[in-house]
Amino acid sequence: MVDLIPTKEQWHRALCERHGEDIQRYFESATVAICGLGGLGSNIAVALARAGVGKLVLVDFDKVDITNLHRQQYKADQIGRYKTEALAENLKEIAPYTELALHTVRVNDENAVNLLQNADIICEAFDDAECKAQLVNTVLEKMPHKYIVAASGMAGFSSANTIKTRKITSKFYLCGDEVSDAKDGVGLVSSRVMICAAHQAHMVLRILANEFEV
Amino acid sequence: MVKINGEELNIAGKSISEFLATTNYDPKRIAVERNGDIVPKAQYDETMLCDGDVVEVVSFVGGG
Repeated sequence: MVDLIPTKEQWHRALCERHGEDIQRYFESATVAICGLGGLGSNIAVALARAGVGKLVLVDFDKVDITNLHRQQYKADQIGRYKTEALAENLKEIAPYTELALHTVRVNDENAVNLLQNADIICEAFDDAECKAQLVNTVLEKMPHKYIVAASGMAGFSSANTIKTRKITSKFYLCGDEVSDAKDGVGLVSSRVMICAAHQAHMVLRILANEFEV
Repeated sequence: MVKINGEELNIAGKSISEFLATTNYDPKRIAVERNGDIVPKAQYDETMLCDGDVVEVVSFVGGG
């Protein structure tokens, strides 16, 4: 099987045909951090790896659980594994030339700058509302030159069309419907979470392509 | 007048903390943008709202 995988040059050429050479070079020279590797983060990672983003920094403290499998990019035989390691394994099969840095830790005010300092863009992909707010505030306060693409409101069976991307400041983008809370007894549905993750991944690619409007 | 999340409010002279105390926002779940910049959490007490300020309070809900 190994010798059937395309070379790095073939991979690069194939992506240049889709995205154009200039934009593909922007993608390949970029580092994107993804904080939280659940329904948002694991799907963002797959989209960015497929698009040929050069380096992904993957951050999550948690392990794969059976309740994750309906919406997250893990496999049944990966239950119990650290999400960082399981996702890295899956991404290597999908896009073998994307460089990965794994951090199996909880992000907090103390370690955030150190973990995220090499990223051009940071994706907030946590589950918990307080963690979301904390990361967004920390990045915008302590690393004001970096972009952050966050998410809020994607639970339930409401219309797919209510998920939007909004530009809040020149460095802060927010995806979601901003109201559908997972704690209202409404579960997270794979398709709607993936739509929100796709909004985040797409905004990341647009920023890398120097398209800053939503 | 201060425009907060699109609504004109007569609260010039109040601090962000004083304004937030009159609302249902959970301070742990928000980010506050004022005239294009994020207001650091530690400065909510001392940041006074002025006539013409445009403010957005982003309130996060759970799920991911």
